[in-house]
Amino acid sequence: MAAADELTFHEFQEATDLLAETPDAVTTSKNDQPTPQGHVAVAMGLGGSYGAEEEVEEESDKAALLQGEKQQPGFWTFGYYQSFFDVDTSQVLDRIKGSLLPWPGHNFVRHHLRSRPDLYGPFWICATLAFVLAITGNLTLLLAQRRDPSIHYSPQFHKVTVAGITIYCYAWLVPLALWGFLQWRKGVRERMGPYTFLETVCIYGYSLFIFIPTVVLWLIPVPWLQWLFGVLALALSAAGLVFALWPVVREDSRLAAAALLSTVVLLHTLLALGCKLYFFQPLPPEHMAPPPQATSLHPHTLLPPTLPRSITAS
Amino acid sequence: MAEAAESPGDRGTASPRPLFAGLSDVSISQDIPVEGEITIPMRSHIQEFDSSTLNESVQNTIMRDLKAVGKKFMHVLYPRKSNTLLRDWDLWGPLILCVTLALMLQRGSADSEKDGGPQFAEVFVIVWFGAVTITLNTKLLGGNISFFQSLCVLGYCILPLTVAMLICRLVLLAKPGPVNFVVRFFVVIVMFAWSIVASTAFLADSQPPNRKALAVYPVFLFYFVISWMILTFTPQ
Repeated sequence: MAAADELTFHEFQEATDLLAETPDAVTTSKNDQPTPQGHVAVAMGLGGSYGAEEEVEEESDKAALLQGEKQQPGFWTFGYYQSFFDVDTSQVLDRIKGSLLPWPGHNFVRHHLRSRPDLYGPFWICATLAFVLAITGNLTLLLAQRRDPSIHYSPQFHKVTVAGITIYCYAWLVPLALWGFLQWRKGVRERMGPYTFLETVCIYGYSLFIFIPTVVLWLIPVPWLQWLFGVLALALSAAGLVFALWPVVREDSRLAAAALLSTVVLLHTLLALGCKLYFFQPLPPEHMAPPPQATSLHPHTLLPPTLPRSITAS
Repeated sequence: MAEAAESPGDRGTASPRPLFAGLSDVSISQDIPVEGEITIPMRSHIQEFDSSTLNESVQNTIMRDLKAVGKKFMHVLYPRKSNTLLRDWDLWGPLILCVTLALMLQRGSADSEKDGGPQFAEVFVIVWFGAVTITLNTKLLGGNISFFQSLCVLGYCILPLTVAMLICRLVLLAKPGPVNFVVRFFVVIVMFAWSIVASTAFLADSQPPNRKALAVYPVFLFYFVISWMILTFTPQ
């Protein structure tokens, strides 16, 4: 009957025709799980060496297809920000481990972030670091007072505010400047695109993680040990930053690359040094905590000799 | 009455009488009174929205709210898996606890130097903005708990730490020394652990299992900072 012909599904006809022509082809669909194994089976049939690459390519193609089809919600909706917190515990721990052990060929962004930066890590690492800085700084004062009762102990709550503002400004404004600079130099680069803003924030945020155990270890009142830990942490952290930024900066002119990397390392050093000197100096009762300006660093340099003397005295 | 119209027709054909055939004979008229009470059994707390609570005495209102707050305090002190804190959330308890804690923690006005413990406003801001940040974090990670329910749970679970503050203040009236410090340290540690256990008992179910640690860690940090403020409190 003519009506029955019209009612048949024409897509099926086309698909079966295509399959009849090319019996090796496999039809793909977005959502079914068994097709990756099916792809691997087909690729293995073609040639063993193609197997692994085919699988990786198919997976990345599928991922790109899925990402491209997902509608990006507007920045005023809650769902937009929810996409930045789409991480599991194991992923966060893996990123932290990756930042602790930087390796020359091992790009943090490509290997650990895999183009899915998150805001959870940078935000809570900065919060933890700010509070740990203030608390251990206060503990140092308490321990110093135990040894030398002439030092006046007070809870020094304002240091929490100072620590918080410093760490958050560093971890969010410096990546903004870096991102701006990389965008400006974008034209020079052919091979690798610049990092997005979130990826630079992630690099900086996760690189600050190593300072958390370092700050806790700074409670040990042995000055050369404190400086040793500080230098170690700074070296690891700055190395992580440099290795992450090197692939992007490599194609730029020598001068720009050297200037950028040395500025990054210098700012990081200044942060570590500033934290060490501001939060970890017990003050004699006459001097109240001055704000951390360059001129006030000179009275601070007179203070370290008091610590070893009080240790030997007790 | 379409059904009644059909039934006489059915009766015409010799079939057994349908079940409600007699209904067609009934008409609602004044001589058959329809009386009785149609009441839906209401849960007790819906009556709060009833306008009759406007007419009750102030004492009744206050006592009812205080009893609700007290009941939730008991749930925090003996944490079981129950939904009372989540279902009937209120923010009176957290407000009372936060104000008490901030009043006890603030340094005296005679000490005008920058060094010193937190001011009232600083404690207040830390507690409320900390709770809001943790709630936002939980919701962004994909938890299915409402904003105010989470604030309610976090605020009520400060109760053990407020009790620790009271005990510390009493202990500080005694002679200062290492024993004094050890006692305070022990009390604060126990109450800190109690707060964490209580809040996790209520909040942990709202997250998928592969993100539970991510949601619990900020709660840990929040109560740790409050415990630190309590432990380092020195009276002037």
